Amino acid sequence: MAVRLRHRALARWRPGREIGEAIMISGLGAAFFYLFAFVAVGSAFMVIAARNPVHSVLYLILTFFNAAALFLLTGAEFLAMILLVVYVGAVAVLFLFVVMMLDVDFASMKRGALEYAPIGAVVGIILAAELLIVLAGAAFDVEKPAQTALPAPNPVVRHNTAALGDILYTDYIFFFQIAGIVLLVAMIGAIVLTLRPQRAGVKRQNMSQQVARTPETAIDVVDVETGKGI
Amino acid sequence: MSADFLSQGLALSIPELILAAGAMVLLMVGVFVPADRANATVTGLAVALLIAALGWMLFIGGRGEAFAGAFVQDGFAVFMKALTLIGSVVALAMSVGFARAEKFDRFEFPVLIVLATLGMLLMVSANSLLTLYMGLELQSLALYVVAAINRDSVRSTEAGLKYFVLGALSSGMMLYGISLIYGFTGHVGFAEIAAALTGGERSIGVLFGLVFLIAGLAFKISAVPFHMWTPDVYEGAPTPVTAFFAAAPKMAAMAMFVRVVMDAFAPVTADWRQIVVFIAIASMLLGAFAAIGQRNIKRLMAYSSIGHMGYALVGLAAGTLVGVKGVMLYMAIYLVMTLGTFAFILAMRRKDEGNVENIDDLAGLSATNPVMATVLTIMMFSLAGIPPLAGFWAKWYVFLAAIEAGLYPLAIIGVLASVVGAYYYLRIIKLMWFDESVGGFLPVAAELRLVMGVSGLFVLGYVLIGGPIAATAEAAARTLF
Amino acid sequence: MDAVIASYLPIIIFLLVSAGIGAALLIAPFIVAYKDPDPEKLSAYECGFNAFDDARMKFDVRFYLVAILFIIFDLEVAFLFPWAVSFGEIGMMGFWSMMVFLTVLTVGFIYEWKKGALEWD
Repeated sequence: MAVRLRHRALARWRPGREIGEAIMISGLGAAFFYLFAFVAVGSAFMVIAARNPVHSVLYLILTFFNAAALFLLTGAEFLAMILLVVYVGAVAVLFLFVVMMLDVDFASMKRGALEYAPIGAVVGIILAAELLIVLAGAAFDVEKPAQTALPAPNPVVRHNTAALGDILYTDYIFFFQIAGIVLLVAMIGAIVLTLRPQRAGVKRQNMSQQVARTPETAIDVVDVETGKGI
Repeated sequence: MSADFLSQGLALSIPELILAAGAMVLLMVGVFVPADRANATVTGLAVALLIAALGWMLFIGGRGEAFAGAFVQDGFAVFMKALTLIGSVVALAMSVGFARAEKFDRFEFPVLIVLATLGMLLMVSANSLLTLYMGLELQSLALYVVAAINRDSVRSTEAGLKYFVLGALSSGMMLYGISLIYGFTGHVGFAEIAAALTGGERSIGVLFGLVFLIAGLAFKISAVPFHMWTPDVYEGAPTPVTAFFAAAPKMAAMAMFVRVVMDAFAPVTADWRQIVVFIAIASMLLGAFAAIGQRNIKRLMAYSSIGHMGYALVGLAAGTLVGVKGVMLYMAIYLVMTLGTFAFILAMRRKDEGNVENIDDLAGLSATNPVMATVLTIMMFSLAGIPPLAGFWAKWYVFLAAIEAGLYPLAIIGVLASVVGAYYYLRIIKLMWFDESVGGFLPVAAELRLVMGVSGLFVLGYVLIGGPIAATAEAAARTLF
Repeated sequence: MDAVIASYLPIIIFLLVSAGIGAALLIAPFIVAYKDPDPEKLSAYECGFNAFDDARMKFDVRFYLVAILFIIFDLEVAFLFPWAVSFGEIGMMGFWSMMVFLTVLTVGFIYEWKKGALEWD
């Protein structure tokens, strides 16, 4: 952003800690960081390594949980909870639904994949080597974003969700509205691609008709003579 | 701050607002109008909407930056947005007859085209990596659906799925690149990234971010080695959708590519130039050689577009004002040639077979439909780059820029590739004029005749009208420097 | 970072305790319970029968449509939380910003409704 917009709510925040301290990894924090990070990487690997696709999805959920925990460690509590609500609560369940309900023989699909494993491994090793070079050669300059970004508000004064809300709907209104339109496109797309025209001749309820029925239209009083029937 | 911030932003983005609000109105019109009239009504309104946005942007709208620098409307943006909107309008207008004949006349199609165009306008105006990504996703999501819109056809759904899987992969790479760039420079705004890169030594992390970002961008313009999806999607998607894919998104993605490297990464020009040179050479060569064996004219156009993106990137590789001007003119001329050719492909209808797509179906066309054959001949000569047609001038601008920048090998390879590429364009001409006829086509719809006529005249008369167009492009390109 | 962890201490303790109880209940039967394994104990009993077929079968795509639409509205609701929390701070602009966002999605909702995507014939 060319102009760093400062929200009036920011004026009330006193910087609770020195910039830079937030990214120091030590002590208990470090222990938890490495725990979550290793479990996340390990379960991400198991997502592609597991033979049973249902297990893959379960490992994926474990990965999401650990990513959420990593978010928590950096103080992004809202993102952590949204990750759980949206990804674990909805997306992963949909994946599980698809995997369990689809009539696909995953075992035979995986057999073919093994032929490409050497190529995949080579590409993966190259990517990993490149990343190592990046990280070893020029240590990831984590101070840069910390210096240029707005200082995170002290969670005691203004907690994470509120801090996000303070700017998301005003300073970042442009992106917020585009997000709304992206959701609209997703809605249209889902319906265009899956909804079949309704079958003819299906009887449905018509609420307004049902409610608007009066005794006059609903009841026919007929005099029935004995022994005749209607 | 909020009143100024908002009013200025809204004033600058009125073309986008017209499309966004209009798309919602269209959606409502579509569901409330009786089903048999819905598609025609909504298509007509969508065309009107796109033209309104174009008119407002060209004649009324202001210039400047808005939303704290996230959105920019400068001369370059206006030029490329005009091309994008023209591409969308023409592709949409050409779809009407086809949609009715092939039974996919669903009103969601024009609505999705309008929303995709909105995403493209945001891409062109992106002045920060966030806007770039949001615009790109809006555009891509609509395009995935549009590619598969004929969902009862296996080819169409396959095209949509392929495009979606590969597109999601490229978006992922791009996000990875964006996060690296943000991590190493601390900014997402283009101007701030450039400022951060100017002073200190460039770190290898930024270069990796740049590589991933360019990989994602190259996918969107279908440049080698990220071109794999193009032939299948072009062939599988319904023809009006292919025409749209070949026209509008290419303009927006190329504009985005140019702005990212010229604005944000101007201080590291020497670094991205290597990548762009490689992509350009690979695209030109693959476009030239792989097209030779094609039997399906839509696949042929896919390889042709890969090659043409390579030529356009030659201008970008120069990294100068002349180069950017060359890219803009190349895209403008390519747009006209593509739309003209696709108007022809849409007109390839036989009485009992419906639409035909094989190149062999063109044999002996000069005997049955001489006017159509003449139009396609002009288009093919122009795509091959034969002087004095427009396609020649397009190549002239970009090669000139490359030579001025001292990129002699690139220019030489480009010329050689266009000689090879001329072979398959000329083969079509030979087929039409010298081979035995296999039967003519049905009479052509009025809108297709109009598109063919206008594009044919533009290509023929570019020598006469090229001066003012080039001057406009140069003035627009200057806003980037 | 330690401050963040400290504030989640109750949850950590809760997780540890529940994991302990869960593990204890799993392990205890192995130690305490009487074991006499027999294949007949696992076979289908009287009126039961063995599985005829794989449980996987093609499902109507409308199940997925409902799930996808749910995810979209789920995301929409996710945007409402920070808005509600900082409602007092963001003023009229924040209010109308959310109203526009909701209008966009309401348009989508009306479209859904009219198309019959929410019906189940």
